[in-house]
Amino acid sequence: MARRPLVVVASVALLAVLALLSFAVGTKPLAPSTTWDAVFDFDPANADHLLVRYLRLPRTALALVVGCCLGVAGAVMQALTRNALADPGILGVNAGAAAAIAAAIAFFGVTNVTSYMWFGLLGAALAGLAVFLLGGMRRGSSPVRLVLAGAALSIVLLALTQVIIVNSEETVFDQFRHWTVGSLQGRGTGVVLPVSLLALVGVGTAFGLAKALNAVVLGEEVGRSLGTDPVRVWSLTALVVILTSGAATAAAGPVGFVGLTAPHLARFVTGPDHRWVLPVSMLFSAILVLGADVLGRVVAPPGEVGVGIMVALIGGPFFVYLVRNRKLVQL
Amino acid sequence: MSELLAAREVTLAYDGATVARDVSVAVPAGRVTVIIGPNACGKTTLLRALARLLAPKSGNVVLDGKDIRRYGTKEVARRLGLLPQAMTAPFGITVADLVARGRFPHQELFRQWSPADEEAVQAAMRLTRVTALAEREVDELSGGQRQRVWLAMVLAQQTPLMLLDEPTTYLDIAHQLDVLELCRKLNREEGRTLVMVLHDLNQAARYADHLVVMKDGAVVAEGAPADVLTVELLARTFALEARIATDPVSSTPMVIPVASLERHD
Repeated sequence: MARRPLVVVASVALLAVLALLSFAVGTKPLAPSTTWDAVFDFDPANADHLLVRYLRLPRTALALVVGCCLGVAGAVMQALTRNALADPGILGVNAGAAAAIAAAIAFFGVTNVTSYMWFGLLGAALAGLAVFLLGGMRRGSSPVRLVLAGAALSIVLLALTQVIIVNSEETVFDQFRHWTVGSLQGRGTGVVLPVSLLALVGVGTAFGLAKALNAVVLGEEVGRSLGTDPVRVWSLTALVVILTSGAATAAAGPVGFVGLTAPHLARFVTGPDHRWVLPVSMLFSAILVLGADVLGRVVAPPGEVGVGIMVALIGGPFFVYLVRNRKLVQL
Repeated sequence: MSELLAAREVTLAYDGATVARDVSVAVPAGRVTVIIGPNACGKTTLLRALARLLAPKSGNVVLDGKDIRRYGTKEVARRLGLLPQAMTAPFGITVADLVARGRFPHQELFRQWSPADEEAVQAAMRLTRVTALAEREVDELSGGQRQRVWLAMVLAQQTPLMLLDEPTTYLDIAHQLDVLELCRKLNREEGRTLVMVLHDLNQAARYADHLVVMKDGAVVAEGAPADVLTVELLARTFALEARIATDPVSSTPMVIPVASLERHD
């Protein structure tokens, strides 16, 4: 597949263009020269420079990190469960983060994103862990059991979240509502930095798993006879999903769909080798998230549309087109 | 006759339901061992245990004189390859890529694809006659071609020992023979030790050096096909009234079924 390196280069170039757009586009549009100066010739007295430096730069970075996280999480989930419809959300990670953040806002009066991100992360980790244990990591890997455990736990957690929200004051509902649509707005370095670190560990682990996943997707027995250790692969995959998907969800709210779509697109252009699927899925997912965020800032002036909504609005029809017009790339 | 792989009084169970009790069986090195038996006699289960996919409730499996559980997972995979009944070819994968995945146990985290890997893959494809299909997608192939590709993947693993679970299932008679001839070639020319589960008694008799007959989770007979396959054994284990002639092609026993002794009342 000679086109694989080409795809990577083209994706990186597209991401660079989107990043520059992301610096320039917003409620207050800026000239490209201004954004260039803000990055490379920063003047602390210039309000435009401050806007780029302290709002748009971290926001763009977060979009990239969240995108990478969701793409990798989706790709490893689909490989492990051998289910082309697996999405990081089915592990209960989103529901766990939602329940924890609802509790944080309602019971602990946490009101800023940087603080409740940690609750989200904890909730995502606990939920993911519970699903992997319930899903029978010890009784031999059964993808179906895992998916069922995830669905069951998600329903319970969602009900708990609703109980908390319904019985709280209106301000709690309002706070939670903003988190729940998925947004990258107003996340500073305090969010970007820890999320990036977690993402780095998660993505690194995923890349280390690529060859093992290539063996595992051939079927449980083939995978094991080739020398993969199921408990090890499952644990490490759980770690990857919890770290990446948990970090992304805690930081940006539940952004669905990307984790499902990006790996499909990646497999479509690279073929089924995970040494390529993982990085390409990561790049495609980052393009989707950053592109959706930039677009969300211009479609409804003077307000903006959250990235979670934008991703679904753009991605949904595109995915339908893909399914109807091309051979859907299965596992 | 040295044994490469052996089960020593293994009791095998799935979730508490015992499938085989105190089974001992030895796989002679450099030979083709074939396991036969009626449905649900535990032959696949025994093969899974020999491949370390199923841990015995009691007893142990010995590989090269050492308990198989004391090897690392990749270590076992470098000594013993398995072709199970159920496998999944990822959509869009090419023949060469699928065969290359057999090299997993020989690879390390940061080690690149080596000349040895490439040589193993090429040799495996040559032996199974799929070299010409290398760039084709596996989904486009016929059943017989696909089975040869999977065999090539197991071959690329370069294990001295290969376990095959009904490698001829779903193939028409000519392709069944093709796969069995290939297996014999692997044994005779490559010196690989083979263990196969087969359904067809005459094929088993023709291709086995060592025949293992199972019934109700126990080994009821073991030895050269000519010694093992008797009218009395067929009646006892397969509930089959049969005559035994000599295969005019291979001079091995040939089973001619007469009637089922199974009473359906």
